Amino acid sequence: MSNTYTEEDLAKNLEEQEYKYGFTSDFKSDKAPNGLNEDIIRFISAKKEEPEWLLEKRLQAYYAWKEMTEPEWAHVNYEKPDFQAISYYSAPQQTKKYESWEDVDPEMKETMKKLGISLEEQKRLTGTAVDFVVDSVSVGTSFKKKLAEMGIIFCSFSEAVENHPELVKKYMGTVVPHTDNFYAALNSAVFTDGSFCYIPKGVKCPMELSTYFRINEGGTGQFERTLVVADEGSYVSYLEGCTAPMRDENQLHAAVVELIALDDAEIKYSTVQNWYPGNKEGKGGVFNFVTKRGICEKNAKISWTQVETGSAVTWKYPSCILKGDNSIGEFYSVAVTNNFQQADTGTKMVHLGKNTSSTIISKGISAGQSQNAYRGLVQIHPGAENARNRSECDSLLLSDRSGAHTFPYIECKNNTAKIEHEATTSKIGEDQIFYCQQRGIDEEKAIGLIVNGYCKEVLNHMPMEFAVEAQKLLEISLENSVG
Amino acid sequence: MEVVADNKVLAFVSDFKRPEDGSKVRQQALDALNGMDFPTTRVEEWKYTRVAKYVKRKYKQVQTTANVDQFKIADLDAHQLVFVNGFYDEKASTILEDDTVSIHKIDELDEGYYTDLMEDTEENVFSLINKGYQTGGVFIQIKKNKKANHPIHILHVLEGEEVMANARHFIHAEMGSQAEIVTSFASNNASNGFTNVVLEGHVETNASIRINKLQTEAKDVLNISNEMFIQDESSNFLINTVTTGGQLTRNGLNVIVEGENCHTEMNGAYLGTEKQHIDNHTIIDQLYSNCTSSESYKGVMDDKSVGVFNGKVIVRQDAQKIEAYQSNKNILLSKGASVNSKPELEIYADDVRCSHGSTIGELDEEAIYYLRSRGISKKSAQQLLIAAFIGDILDKIQNEAVRAHVDQLFLEDFGWRF
Repeated sequence: MSNTYTEEDLAKNLEEQEYKYGFTSDFKSDKAPNGLNEDIIRFISAKKEEPEWLLEKRLQAYYAWKEMTEPEWAHVNYEKPDFQAISYYSAPQQTKKYESWEDVDPEMKETMKKLGISLEEQKRLTGTAVDFVVDSVSVGTSFKKKLAEMGIIFCSFSEAVENHPELVKKYMGTVVPHTDNFYAALNSAVFTDGSFCYIPKGVKCPMELSTYFRINEGGTGQFERTLVVADEGSYVSYLEGCTAPMRDENQLHAAVVELIALDDAEIKYSTVQNWYPGNKEGKGGVFNFVTKRGICEKNAKISWTQVETGSAVTWKYPSCILKGDNSIGEFYSVAVTNNFQQADTGTKMVHLGKNTSSTIISKGISAGQSQNAYRGLVQIHPGAENARNRSECDSLLLSDRSGAHTFPYIECKNNTAKIEHEATTSKIGEDQIFYCQQRGIDEEKAIGLIVNGYCKEVLNHMPMEFAVEAQKLLEISLENSVG
Repeated sequence: MEVVADNKVLAFVSDFKRPEDGSKVRQQALDALNGMDFPTTRVEEWKYTRVAKYVKRKYKQVQTTANVDQFKIADLDAHQLVFVNGFYDEKASTILEDDTVSIHKIDELDEGYYTDLMEDTEENVFSLINKGYQTGGVFIQIKKNKKANHPIHILHVLEGEEVMANARHFIHAEMGSQAEIVTSFASNNASNGFTNVVLEGHVETNASIRINKLQTEAKDVLNISNEMFIQDESSNFLINTVTTGGQLTRNGLNVIVEGENCHTEMNGAYLGTEKQHIDNHTIIDQLYSNCTSSESYKGVMDDKSVGVFNGKVIVRQDAQKIEAYQSNKNILLSKGASVNSKPELEIYADDVRCSHGSTIGELDEEAIYYLRSRGISKKSAQQLLIAAFIGDILDKIQNEAVRAHVDQLFLEDFGWRF
């Protein structure tokens, strides 16, 4: 959205649109009234000055969504959100969250300090700072310049719709169609913004792309949409989320992430998710219902790495469709649940092409009274000659009130495939803790140490800085969970 | 009974004679059937197994006799209980003189006992049809602190066209008793039959039950077996399932462990050819501490056959120090064969050691090459490797007569030697 766009323009625009589409609701504010109907979708689209084809897509998704029911198969219990009680659009506001650094919640400061986040960064994250933004912008701009030189497009989804409509039109919804599932449909209808990334042919992106560094941040909202396209022979490493605790008033998050790796391309997608998990009594917290999927063409590779520590309820299955011959899919995940958190997460590896291979490493850690489930699908289609899959799903239980569950689905329709799946569930050995304690390491530290060792296999796949923070995050997430 | 046209279950059973013995158990089952439907593949538990084609048929319950001698197990000195189309065939059966067991008709089972004990187990539409329309079955008591003198062989034979067998058995292993049960399923001059058998049991404190189950029906039979067992403290339960027959076989095996220090073991070998569909569903529900369970299923699928495995181990809160092991291994021999495997762990206690593994693959080419380079033909090499693979499971069958019978069966059907 351009900066010159004012309230008056908007009002004028809306009037015109009203006429054009014949909707009669009278929206004056920047926030849409609660509820979801066709008018709201037209309102969002109009606010964002979207082209008509996108509005069409949104409406299609909305009609599909109306026919769908919320999925209930996941191993989670929660009070379903009332979809008519949510406001689906509020304009990004640049208001400061805190008047001064002193007002920031000391508990939050403490956590950030433990994570090793610099003071500047801390201020930026809490939305306090004004003075150093200049600095950040300059860093961002220099990045942007370098990327632009190489032809890499990295911008917000709205900007992409405005500046690169042909790319968005070509790829959006090709991996996660609007009819995919309840939340994907909802997202396709009401998404407000997100990120777009395009790497041209043969280009190796020289830096880790991160939404964290992106300057045009401004509240991506609860219905985020990410589209990453890696053209033939290109490479990109993309980071999503950040380790700092996010206090967010939106309860429902339904994001869609689509990755497209064309021939010989490679996409590495790392996520750290640390949304507000609710308090120690299990009140509040974010519902995180995400649809993430990538498609691999010939010789392409998609690698998902995730560290999940937040959200009250997580429902997330980053998947790979291995369409092209010799393509590779990888999934490395650490999911930690504490207190009353619930997670049902895993992956889907769909083998369509010949000589495709996939690796799944999933580490679940349950503490407190949380429930942590791995749910994965490995599907070998008849044409996937010599497909190969290895899955390893380990669960660690830290308290006698927590639960760890494994629901793997293995479907094989080709006799040349080789599939191995193994899973274990156990608790930390008392002898291991005793060994540490003997050497003067207290119990809590010992657990942190053992857990980090347990997760090493996954953390090793993360970009370095991210991995260091993720490691500390694990320790913090499990504080006071010794039981 | 009024037949509601749009209710498939009521339409399915509409021709069955409604037994009027005033049994409360039956009535409850019939009431429960009202408003129920057959499972579709949209139901999680039936995701990989489609029964729609079969339940459209009109099966008959026909009492008849059959040539059952060919299905007896040689050298097995056992009580022979023969069921033809689900009806007890007294002439063909042999009950030996034995003071360690008592064998009654299922209808003699005390209703109160029957319902009290089994109310925990989940009934599905097929086991309810069985309960409502059962035409016979045995209630076997293994006497307290006695080891049964003879094994008990329950033989089910299908005879005739589109017949349905609804037999229901109950095994009560009293405190400290031990017994060996063989259940076998065969068909003779039958086409498109349906075996719908339920085997329930209560294994009391310190008792031990071993079951060998052999399914060798013709490849046009629908076999839905439901086994439900409850284990008390320090008891042992073992079942070996060998499946080579049936067009569609669905084994629902459900064990609830209601006491400490129990051991539960389930083993299975399934071999599919042509268009066979073999589905093994197991649940082990651990409610108390210090129990162990071990589960091992192996399948070899050839032609266009489909193998399904869904094993579930549930460890309830406070059931600490559980050791549960689950494994499912499959070999695919041909292009059209497929396997769906779903080993599940649902764990709510922390001090546990649970693991599962699942593999799918073809025969190891290097191993075949090794054998061939030593002058063994390709076919023999394959047979040797498959025999070694399945042999693990067959070795769990301790009874020599049963084992010999199974070996003979494999030799005849597949040319495999063990």
